[in-house]
Amino acid sequence: MQPRKGLSALLGFVLAIAVGGAAWAQQTIKVAYTDPLSGPFAQVGDANLKQMQYIIDYINSKGGALGKKFELVPFDNKSQPSDALIALKSATDQNMPFIMQCSGSNIAAALIDAVNKHNDRNPDNRIIYLNCGAVATELTNEQCSFWHFRFDLHVGMKAEVMVRALPKDVTKVYLINQDYLFGQSVQRDVKAFLGKLRPDVQVVGDELIPLGKIKDFSPYITKIKASGAQALLTGNWGPDMNLLIKAGVDAGADLRYYTFYAHIAGGPTAIGAGGENRVLAVMSFGENVAPEIGNAEAEAFTKGFRDKHKFDFSAAGFRTIFEYLQAAVNKAGAVDATKIAYALEGLSIKDFLGYDTTMRKDDHQIISEYFVSTFKKGVKYDSEGTGLGWATTATILAKDVDQPNSCKMKRPKM
Amino acid sequence: MEVFVVSLLNGLVYGMLLFMLASGLTLILSMMGVLNFAHASAYMLGAYFAYTISQYIGFWPALIIAPLLCGLVGAGIEMWGLRRVHRNGHIAELLFTFGLALIIEKGVQMTWGLLPVPYRVPELLDFPLFRIYGTQFPAYRAFMLLISALMFGAIWLGLTRTRIGLIIQAALTHPEMASALGHNVPRIFTLVFAAGTALAGLAGVIGGNYQVTEPAMAFTMGPIVFVVVVFGGLGSLSGCFIASILMGLIQTFAVVFDVSLADLLAKFGFVVTKNTPFAEVLTVTLPRVGALLPFLMMVLILVFRPRGLMGTRDT
Repeated sequence: MQPRKGLSALLGFVLAIAVGGAAWAQQTIKVAYTDPLSGPFAQVGDANLKQMQYIIDYINSKGGALGKKFELVPFDNKSQPSDALIALKSATDQNMPFIMQCSGSNIAAALIDAVNKHNDRNPDNRIIYLNCGAVATELTNEQCSFWHFRFDLHVGMKAEVMVRALPKDVTKVYLINQDYLFGQSVQRDVKAFLGKLRPDVQVVGDELIPLGKIKDFSPYITKIKASGAQALLTGNWGPDMNLLIKAGVDAGADLRYYTFYAHIAGGPTAIGAGGENRVLAVMSFGENVAPEIGNAEAEAFTKGFRDKHKFDFSAAGFRTIFEYLQAAVNKAGAVDATKIAYALEGLSIKDFLGYDTTMRKDDHQIISEYFVSTFKKGVKYDSEGTGLGWATTATILAKDVDQPNSCKMKRPKM
Repeated sequence: MEVFVVSLLNGLVYGMLLFMLASGLTLILSMMGVLNFAHASAYMLGAYFAYTISQYIGFWPALIIAPLLCGLVGAGIEMWGLRRVHRNGHIAELLFTFGLALIIEKGVQMTWGLLPVPYRVPELLDFPLFRIYGTQFPAYRAFMLLISALMFGAIWLGLTRTRIGLIIQAALTHPEMASALGHNVPRIFTLVFAAGTALAGLAGVIGGNYQVTEPAMAFTMGPIVFVVVVFGGLGSLSGCFIASILMGLIQTFAVVFDVSLADLLAKFGFVVTKNTPFAEVLTVTLPRVGALLPFLMMVLILVFRPRGLMGTRDT
């Protein structure tokens, strides 16, 4: 057994160096980032990662926070909650103060639960969960947590924006959503707001589809046409969204598409020219917003990304996240999760477009402006080389997206 | 009626696409006994090759060149990879092709990126062929039907009416005997593997712009193709054809019928309420489980008819 002992001693030595090295490298503020970087939804995670990296470089060039730079540490979760929890474990093992996740409300629900437990048990090594896009309404209502901060409007708010954007002549709509926490949340909230704001609208079809399984949506389009619907309302994202609209456009269906995610990387390519003036997206940002409101600085920032990548910069919300972090870490005066979380609560900043935003104290839900955009020709910046791009048709200010919440927040001692 | 006719057409197109993929796989599986997990990867490669080629010299040359390239890749895999692994038995082959599928997926991601590429239908075919009850039927889908029907005819004639087809059939059932008669059986294996891969590549060329060309396309197509092969039966091209069309139609029609087990029970006077045991399962509608139906059918056929629909031997 002698050699093995020697080996374990060596291993211990290597480990000691590694740990020592990590402690020494704490000069940066590490943000663990977990999203699908492989599998059917890899395109979404990869696009997020590239945009986030671009934003972090910018924030660091503006001095980071407390003289330290932010550093993004990506973990692939393959769209599986279990893998996201492994990422969380790695992040807490390395004492990272933040974990960020965007895609999949089911994963977000698992993360909130795990972060709560971890922070209860390890008061000296707490972690904040930055939610950059898991938007099921429950997450800041029934499941709200002091450690969870959501930086995108939740489904309820998006649904209200979408329903308000429905033109008066549309009276028959069809709902298609993915069969999991988020899709069911969209289904419920859209129907609720239709009932409240547009009682004249009839829901002629309401469907849940298996997540990421369907390759040909033509049968659904046939069914939608047969139902006599004028508009299709969907929260689908990734391939489920791209293939759906592609099938609709190919069949020449006389439909309008109201979506949450048609503008996300890959969407415009799949829709193509056939979707002109038919596809609307409820979005936090589009490349044409800055020139439309005449904000040259924001336009230059967006163009910097556009020049280097083949897809649109849609993640203005991510820049807002890091501006909040910058402000909160500076305000807290230390890289300490509990202090930063208290500093984030109720924080208000102007985002890079110049609009007011607030991190609501009651439920840790951001309240920010939102846009409704139409996919059409003749815009300043087209999408993914299609010749068509997103033109803003409505801007909804933060004060108008505000909705009540049912969160009962438990706060830890400072 | 309207929904029925349109769904029938959609189901046919999808079924024929499945057949193009599955025919190559069933040849390889029945002849060499190799459960080729990398088959759908050849489909993906076909689409990406065609996209790249069509950017330079157009879609029509790509229709020929891309499958040939896939065939070359297949021949290479067989000669330098599978043949060596073959000595270590079926498990080794299976793991080899499985690893290969992952490597190809990663390679495609690194070469072409994670986002879908703008691989589009050629302009010549980018028009609605006819309207049926107000739904356009794109000319491209008719073209897909035509190509796959031609392919079915060509393979069938090739296998049953030509000398090489007869030798392939002989090597399929009696490899030792064919070898003893002086035929180069390993070369026939290479030929079949290359042809199977080329067929998958061809499916990719015409399926890539019908669906979306992206790195996950192999992963989403893979399982259903296996279902078709097992369901149709080993070594049977016509079984494979019937199974493909059947799966295409089932998946298409499952979407259209909004019925659940509860509705079926209601016909027999049994009303499902919230308090009925398994009410959750009983009220799930057909469209929500449509994607699962082929797999259910595969399980059933494996239990009750292991040789598949028209297979000549057990799976």
